[in-house]
Amino acid sequence: MSRYAADVAALARKDVLLELRSRDTLPAMLLFVVSALVVFHFSLPEGSSDVAAAGLLWIAIVFTALLGLSRSFAAEREQRLLDALVLAPCDRSAIWLGKVVSIVVFLALAEAVALPAFALFFRPVGWETVAAVALANLGIAGVGTVLAAMAAASRARELLLPVLFLPLAIPIVVGGVGATVADDPGRYLAFLGLYDGMFAILSWASFEYVVTE
Amino acid sequence: MSTSLRNNGAAAFAAAAALLLVAGTALAFYWVPEDADQGFSQKIFYLHVPVALTAYACFVWGAWKALRLLWTREARYDLESYTAVHMGVIFGVLTLLTGSIWAKISWGIWWSWGERQLVLFLILFLFYSAYFMLRYSVEPGPRRANISAVYALFGVVLIPVSFLAIRLAGTLLHPTVFTREGPQMSASMFFVFCVCLAATLALAGALYLNELTGKRLDQALRDLREAVA
Amino acid sequence: MTTEEKYVTGAYLVVLAVVLLYVVLYSLKLSRLAREVSELSELVRTKRAPQ
Repeated sequence: MSRYAADVAALARKDVLLELRSRDTLPAMLLFVVSALVVFHFSLPEGSSDVAAAGLLWIAIVFTALLGLSRSFAAEREQRLLDALVLAPCDRSAIWLGKVVSIVVFLALAEAVALPAFALFFRPVGWETVAAVALANLGIAGVGTVLAAMAAASRARELLLPVLFLPLAIPIVVGGVGATVADDPGRYLAFLGLYDGMFAILSWASFEYVVTE
Repeated sequence: MSTSLRNNGAAAFAAAAALLLVAGTALAFYWVPEDADQGFSQKIFYLHVPVALTAYACFVWGAWKALRLLWTREARYDLESYTAVHMGVIFGVLTLLTGSIWAKISWGIWWSWGERQLVLFLILFLFYSAYFMLRYSVEPGPRRANISAVYALFGVVLIPVSFLAIRLAGTLLHPTVFTREGPQMSASMFFVFCVCLAATLALAGALYLNELTGKRLDQALRDLREAVA
Repeated sequence: MTTEEKYVTGAYLVVLAVVLLYVVLYSLKLSRLAREVSELSELVRTKRAPQ
């Protein structure tokens, strides 16, 4: 088991180091999420309620995640690393978990900018929003990694990922918006946790089949 | 031998579907008493709900075949899973259309976000349409079979999760004012409903087996062409 | 017919129309398959002829 954890840590570390060196994705995600919030300010008519802004925060998060996910297998694909990775003597699900960890790190960094910016531009952010964002990150990364691997195997590539991902992101948006605006955020947070759990088990078990013949 | 048996299966399903569809429609229109609250318009229930349940059955059947594929790695399950999802999408479209008509009768509008079943089918329709895009975009082979199977499995997890999500969103944004089912189904209503459900399931079975034969034929011809050329 | 009856009948007709549309698409597929079979058998015949 400790070997499994070491594999996961090594794979996640590789992705983070690669990103630190090339700076391909993270700056784009940060710039995108702030630009999106500014666009949202102008897309809300004067005098709109704060509740509508809460919905827009979740749109910004989902689309920023999409941006990061569509690049998540770019290095592997361009240098044909995925086949080598699959042949490496580690559990294939460790590849999935390593990717999930690195994507969660990128998402958390993007949100570390997005949430203060949102609080500055629109309305204060409570603890329940932060909790919902943290839970949503796990779900987005878990499902998104499998779908990104699928999209990477297709001809349509980046074009396909949003089409695959958005229907699966609808429950995340429901849970996130609910936790942000409802009086009793508990049930929405529990729902996000349920989503994470169910899809994490499924993704963990099935990722192997997506990357192998 | 096996081909002729399979065709017989499709023929048996088609005959059963013909019989049950006629019986179900006749019973729904001429025999079963009208609903006390909703009157004649409630009869669309005997079409809409069986079609919706059949669509779920197709999606679950497709996921089951997908699971068998990943389990046994037998290539034939790929086409079976694909065909089941194909049928599920056809019945899903029918659910959206009939549900939309029901919304029009009941509330005078073609679409209502308060109608949970409809919203769920819209999400599923989007999800399974992406299944087709995925299939057409990956080179045929064992890799595509695996990817399609995993996606089909995501579908059956998405169904209950979306169902819950819509319930949660409904309590938050769109309080449910109307309920369709009314008080309780009487025994005669339930009987007619069962006949109609059996009819749509038989129809789906017949379409599924025919479509499967067609897709297998297509596949066999493609292999043959490669062998000859 | 009352409006209600019209809509209920319409729903049944929509289902019928979609199933018939499926039959049309299926027959198109079937005719394509038939054409491919005849092409293939033609191909096999011409390949065998010189021997």
